[in-house]
Amino acid sequence: MSCEPVIDVRGLTKSFGDKTVVDHFDLKVPRGSIYGFLGPNGSGKTTTIRMVCGLLKPDEGEGTCLGYDVLHESVKIKSNVGYMTQRFSLYEDLSIRENLEFFSRLYGLDNMRRRVNDAIASLGLEGRARQLAGSLSGGWKQRLALAACMIHEPQLLLLDEPTAGVDPKARRDFWDTIRAYAREGVTTLVSTHYMDEAVQCDRIAYIAYGKKLLDAPTAEIPARLGLHAFKIDNGDLEKLSAALKGAPGVEILARFGASIHVCGKDREKLAAAVGRIRGEPGVRVTEIEAGLEEAFIYLMTESDDNFSVEESAA
Amino acid sequence: MISFSRIAAVFIKELVQMRRDRPTFAIMIMVPVMQLALFGFAINTDPRHLPAAVELRDDGPLTRSFLSSLKQSTYVDIIDIVHSDAEGEELLRSGKVNFLIVIPENFETEFVRGQKPEILIAADASDPVAAGGVVGAIGEIARRAFAPELDRLPAKLRGGAPPYNVVIHRQYNPEGVTAFNIVPGLLGVILTMTMTMITSIALTRERERGTYEALLSTPVRPLEIMIGKTTPYIIVGAIQTSIILLAARYVFHIPFTGDPAAFLLVISVFILTNLMLGYLISTVAKTQMQAMQMTFFIFLPSILLSGFMFPFRAMPSWARAIGEAIPNTHFLRMVREIMLKGAGLPDIIGDLGPLLLILLVLAGIALMRFQRTLD
Repeated sequence: MSCEPVIDVRGLTKSFGDKTVVDHFDLKVPRGSIYGFLGPNGSGKTTTIRMVCGLLKPDEGEGTCLGYDVLHESVKIKSNVGYMTQRFSLYEDLSIRENLEFFSRLYGLDNMRRRVNDAIASLGLEGRARQLAGSLSGGWKQRLALAACMIHEPQLLLLDEPTAGVDPKARRDFWDTIRAYAREGVTTLVSTHYMDEAVQCDRIAYIAYGKKLLDAPTAEIPARLGLHAFKIDNGDLEKLSAALKGAPGVEILARFGASIHVCGKDREKLAAAVGRIRGEPGVRVTEIEAGLEEAFIYLMTESDDNFSVEESAA
Repeated sequence: MISFSRIAAVFIKELVQMRRDRPTFAIMIMVPVMQLALFGFAINTDPRHLPAAVELRDDGPLTRSFLSSLKQSTYVDIIDIVHSDAEGEELLRSGKVNFLIVIPENFETEFVRGQKPEILIAADASDPVAAGGVVGAIGEIARRAFAPELDRLPAKLRGGAPPYNVVIHRQYNPEGVTAFNIVPGLLGVILTMTMTMITSIALTRERERGTYEALLSTPVRPLEIMIGKTTPYIIVGAIQTSIILLAARYVFHIPFTGDPAAFLLVISVFILTNLMLGYLISTVAKTQMQAMQMTFFIFLPSILLSGFMFPFRAMPSWARAIGEAIPNTHFLRMVREIMLKGAGLPDIIGDLGPLLLILLVLAGIALMRFQRTLD
């Protein structure tokens, strides 16, 4: 196994009309890792993934995916990448088996029957292989879509918001599958805006308005952001929330069960804001270390939806 | 209770969506305007200036007077003068002329002698509409042409029956049965409509359902998709053809006089051409609705300018130029020649060539338009 990164792109830029959707984007994804791609709607996540797998031609930039040139070898990239689109992209009027057969034929696979049977078995859908894909529930559709884009055993899996609209249990199962693939050496690049998915990633790139703002191992992100946090419990939380909201230094305020977490980058101001409510009856304030959850809430609230033509580009 | 404001809300939303969907809007406006302009001028149910040839076996003042009278009537344009049966027959069979007017030998002498010579009008009745006008008018044309001459004849020849006969010979469809013309024509129209429509949503449907992106993310090539998506419908087209042919034979009793192999070739090329046309539409249309509208946009000319409804030769030259670019035009000519006139492959090359050209051009443009990326 070489230590070459699976994805290594530099300066990727893409514009639709006069709107620059992805702006000089660099990305290095090491083999076998699960790489999270975080950012608000319309920030350019989908466009970047499409450029990496050869579905869109970058206006500028260069690089390789699985060792193939992203500008000139898109056919080879397509043959070796499993790409799962944001929207359910299988044929609802084909059965589970027919969908899997269709994709194995497109990839020109040998042993089609065995592969399809294996895929159906690993999905646990042996009895339902003739059921139409359109009649499956959201969670099963996702798993089937994943099975379809893994049918040719790609080394790289690109997932574009794979679990949007899927219930938490199904989402956990989905991630167990991704982890299992990662153990086998499959690299995954996954875009998301769910916190519980982001924490599953080994490393995270944060993108907003087409620019990469942060790229770090997941565990280091709170420290990188330089967040300070206080936990407030007991007392009238509704009233306390109202008092703290918008106070200088309080950049995020989030409710965690029976407590409130407030965070900000400026510890002085944050402490001062919290100090004002210390005297309220029964209130307990403790300084805590800002964790991943605070960091993600911070990142997610930082920028609103990035309006762009990206979502309608398909 | 019906709420006016809710109705207004829906009404305004629809207006806004309609305005956003520019291509659909443009088609809704352009279709009536363009098609009115096209067909209002192009279509003529009282066909005139149909091409005719004269087989001249005698010449003299009477003949010349008759021919100039024919010209003045504007029903026919004499485009060729021939001197033998073979030449005349060939012109008529190939469709270059709709009429062949035969002036027999010794016409002039027999006329003056009162021997009632026969002027033969051979009409290509495979299109009864085209033939009808001239056939109806020919008696009067002849009477006027010969009126001044009659005055100079001896009194015993004047009055009573005219000293000549006009014999009308409807060829290829002696009884002038409209079905002979319509049924082979319907084959073209039905194939045009169904084949084009079915493939016009081939890619559009993928785009609308979100499966397009997954399809493009696989290594499949545009040509592979094109072939894979169009070939199933060749079978559908073959079934339709069989049904129409059986009906032509057993319901309408239309003879099939030509070469079946040539027919098979023609029908295959024609089905492919229409599938390609639909496929090209599907590379352009953003929604299935747009695809349908575009299909109809080309469907009307295929009926009205192809010679299906109205005689092709009677249209003005600019309309004929448009008609030459329509696959159905060439198909109709070939099918009528094969079915009704007993033509074989060598006789239809002149129309098979242009049809093949149209097929290649359509397929080429469709492939150029079909990108492997989502740009």
